[in-house]
Amino acid sequence: MNARAFLVRGLLAGLLAGLAAFFVGYQVGEPHVEAAIALEDAGAADSHSHGEEPEAHSPAADEAGDEEVFKVSRDTQRTWGLLTGSLTIGLAWGGLLALVAAGTLGRIGRFLPGQSTAVISLIGFVSVALVPFLKYPATPPTIGSGDTIGHRTALYFSFLLLSVVVAVLATYAACRLRERIGTYGGVIAGIAAYLLVVVVAALVFAPVNELGDFPADTLWSFRLSSMLTLATMWGVLGVVLTGLVSRLYARETAVAQRRELAASL
Amino acid sequence: MSHSVAAPVAGAPALPTIPLRELAPWALFFGLLGTLVIFFVSADQGAVSIPAGTAIHEWVHDGRHLLGYPCH
Ligand SMILES: [Zn+2]
Repeated sequence: MNARAFLVRGLLAGLLAGLAAFFVGYQVGEPHVEAAIALEDAGAADSHSHGEEPEAHSPAADEAGDEEVFKVSRDTQRTWGLLTGSLTIGLAWGGLLALVAAGTLGRIGRFLPGQSTAVISLIGFVSVALVPFLKYPATPPTIGSGDTIGHRTALYFSFLLLSVVVAVLATYAACRLRERIGTYGGVIAGIAAYLLVVVVAALVFAPVNELGDFPADTLWSFRLSSMLTLATMWGVLGVVLTGLVSRLYARETAVAQRRELAASL
Repeated sequence: MSHSVAAPVAGAPALPTIPLRELAPWALFFGLLGTLVIFFVSADQGAVSIPAGTAIHEWVHDGRHLLGYPCH
């Protein structure tokens, strides 16, 4: 087992996870994105660009000045655009997750490689996707002003970073405590510490609410579909990487055993 | 008859670890690359614009919304 073997498997898992997220996002999420854009077009329609609008306008376009405004049709955004986004995000998180799994291999409790990879994947989903979503949930097009996108992005990524850093520290603390007070107490202490810090941070971090009078049913459906897309990505990532790592370990163990047997004859 | 006695199944087998020294260059290289990719898809040309314009933002627009990144 080495870093390269993990990275390759992480990228493969990321590819599959990106594809799966695209299919779920396209099937489950896009109808609500379209519904939100229909509302936007029906309303004042001055906030953001969506291909077909004659005057494309987006936050970055303001600073772009005399540069050409790049327009992508809704059909492309919905298909190739979503596919590109899902694949690149899947590949990136897949590779990062695999390297973390490689680093924690044999270092967090007495887990077999597949088991520690599964645990790290779960921690990854919770700290990277689930908890930031609960504080700053995804919003459909129409919601959100171009003037605040910088502020909202900074808040989102600060919270994401905090969540990941605290998850790392809590996992480390749980592993150390486990040696002294046992696995049960160590794991509970780690989870409790993570939740405590994250909940306090969620109370301290500035709220974002630009919903206005956006219809609640469309918002709920969109957010549910967004969470499903994220859960699909991380679920496939974790399941595939765990399977691949387990197989690699089984193969290497078999080879080692055969070698040992040959040496003993 | 069974050869399994030769296999190191008894007791706790040593768990494999990857030396951090071996892992470090990979972590550094892909850590930067992965972070950069995530940045371009999720945050660029909204909050900040490294290549000025809106091409990337517009292309991955639906992915940003559905994967929970701030947009609009
Ligand atoms: Zn948008």
